[in-house]
Amino acid sequence: MSDAPLADPRRRSLEDTPVRVVSARATLWARLKNLWSRRELLLGLISSDIRIKYKNSSLGLFWSMISPAFTLGVYYLVFSVFLKNGYPNFVIYLFSGLIVWNMFQNSINTATGVIVDRAALVKKVSFPREILALSNVGASVVYFVVQLLVLVIFVAGVGHAPAWKFMVILPISFLSLYLFTSALAVVMSAINVYLRDMKHLMEVLLQLWFWMTPIVYSYEHAIAPHLVRRGLSFLYFLNPVTLIVVTFQRVFYVNTIVHSTVAPYPIIDVLPTWSFDKFLYLNGILLAIAILSFFVAEAIFGRLEGNFESEL
Amino acid sequence: MTNVIDVQGVSKQFKIHHERHQSLKERLLHPRSGTTEVFNALSNINFTVGQGETVGIVGQNGSGKSTLLKCICGVLKPTTGEIRLRGSLAALLELGAGFQTELSGRDNVYLYGAMLGFSKKMVDGIFDEVVAFSEIEQFIDTQVKFYSSGMYVRLAFAVAVNVDPDILVVDEVLAVGDERFQAKCVDRIQRFKDEGRTILLVTHNADQVRALCDRAVVLQSGDMIADGPTHESLRIFREHLLDDAVVHDSARLSESIKIEAVSSPTGSFGVRSGSALHLDVNVHSTSAYSGNFVMELFTRGGLLISRNDAQGSPINLVPGHNVVGIDLAQLPLLDGLYDLNVGIVDHRGHTVIAWSEQAATIQVTYDGREAGIVELGATIRQQ
Repeated sequence: MSDAPLADPRRRSLEDTPVRVVSARATLWARLKNLWSRRELLLGLISSDIRIKYKNSSLGLFWSMISPAFTLGVYYLVFSVFLKNGYPNFVIYLFSGLIVWNMFQNSINTATGVIVDRAALVKKVSFPREILALSNVGASVVYFVVQLLVLVIFVAGVGHAPAWKFMVILPISFLSLYLFTSALAVVMSAINVYLRDMKHLMEVLLQLWFWMTPIVYSYEHAIAPHLVRRGLSFLYFLNPVTLIVVTFQRVFYVNTIVHSTVAPYPIIDVLPTWSFDKFLYLNGILLAIAILSFFVAEAIFGRLEGNFESEL
Repeated sequence: MTNVIDVQGVSKQFKIHHERHQSLKERLLHPRSGTTEVFNALSNINFTVGQGETVGIVGQNGSGKSTLLKCICGVLKPTTGEIRLRGSLAALLELGAGFQTELSGRDNVYLYGAMLGFSKKMVDGIFDEVVAFSEIEQFIDTQVKFYSSGMYVRLAFAVAVNVDPDILVVDEVLAVGDERFQAKCVDRIQRFKDEGRTILLVTHNADQVRALCDRAVVLQSGDMIADGPTHESLRIFREHLLDDAVVHDSARLSESIKIEAVSSPTGSFGVRSGSALHLDVNVHSTSAYSGNFVMELFTRGGLLISRNDAQGSPINLVPGHNVVGIDLAQLPLLDGLYDLNVGIVDHRGHTVIAWSEQAATIQVTYDGREAGIVELGATIRQQ
């Protein structure tokens, strides 16, 4: 055996390598570990998603900045110059909620159909399938960051000081958003394999969801008076996006009570007057729920993915 | 030897929908309509593959070969049982399935590498080798959608074999590109073998299995019917093909013709190189039949030396015992063991009536100077 010395080092290395098991039921822990070990694939898919979107366009990723900046400009004209709803710096209020919503909606809309759209890949190459949905969420995170940059530049440009003290809550809030969005994206992508209507249903539901979230109106001003009287204000916060939106608004818009810019200059309650501790507490709870929901989503996906091949 | 692939009691069932109701409306309107049938693609498969082994999986269409391979790769999850794997695995199931046509060849090499589970740093290290192997240097930065189908699969093959996997799984993809590229692929698989890596090969091509594999697993309708040395498994595979042909071809006289034994008048299959060998093939038939007779001679390594038939003169079998003679006037073979396959086929040569794989093993002794398989008797001198 002349090639024995060649083969030997490989043999030694394999004896030490851990055994991977392919079986019908993988534990949740094994699934998460496997998912983590393929993070490089996730990054690769995110970057290919973005590159494909802006392929052959000369401005590339810059478009994802131009488009929200343009939107911001239009809102400014509509709400502060023509319609005059009375909220000072309403654009900042609107945009800080809108970037959160865009990230959520973008993710769910693209991820719901992703497993069906990429059936050829799912049936031929082995990798954790939820990575496809997570890569859509990841691409939305990139657009989110770009939009956040636009917001920050705008806020700095008009000389509006953000609530520095509340800034530390933002990462917690964002993490909740990311995990909750991921959880929903993963579950929806799997359900859509069995019920192809889900994609269209989600598009409709997301419209309703948008108006149930205080983005273009103020929760404190328009909703709270009616709910608080009946002690039902918690209902509104069953929508996890609400707290995240309100937190972003609190950080960037800052003012909880403002004087209307339109005569007769009444006082408007824009945001909840909660203390820093309450914001931190609520966001902490939300994060715990978001982490839990991601685990649940992974478990559901694990159940559903077993029969993908007979449905695709 | 370390076990690299350990298949334990693997079964796979598919649900076959006869009425597909995939939209919400249809599900609500027809909650119980549409029947599902359970189809057993694999039932209770058990085998292990040790490190450095090259194992072939053979079987007819629909025997479950590809399902088994997909389970091993993790594309499918077995319904019951489990598969334990050691080391990294690269699968050539469908070449280029992971490609994003909008991206360039370069981007796709990295993406495909990541899909196979290899890091960017690793792909960096082998990138030039991949490009050289695929022979598409000047198009590597072109979008893949502009590639020809040949370039497409060449690039995919190049990635899979260059990422340094411990286990290579190949599913009938060796028919890629032109003849020269095919030779290159077989060559690369041979090198993998020599490097002590594990290869799992699925193919219809018995010659390929014979040439590359140490061992073969035979599947039939989801059952494993053989797991052993290549030539033995192939014998079982061919016999089952025959059994199947009997079932499917009602015009044929079922199981009426059997090759019973091959004997030599001298009583021994040993022969000196260059001398004559006569063999008698004993055939038992229950009815009269007229057909053609085929013989094949292989080296132990699986190389076909010669395939020949009765050359236009039919073999007329009578009911009862028949003897067909094979005369080898002078055997120009060198030292070694040679396997003989004999069989009876119909006149057109399309249907095999009876077959005996490895019916006899001929031992040739040679004491001359030549090495190899055939004695050419070349004389070499300066002119």
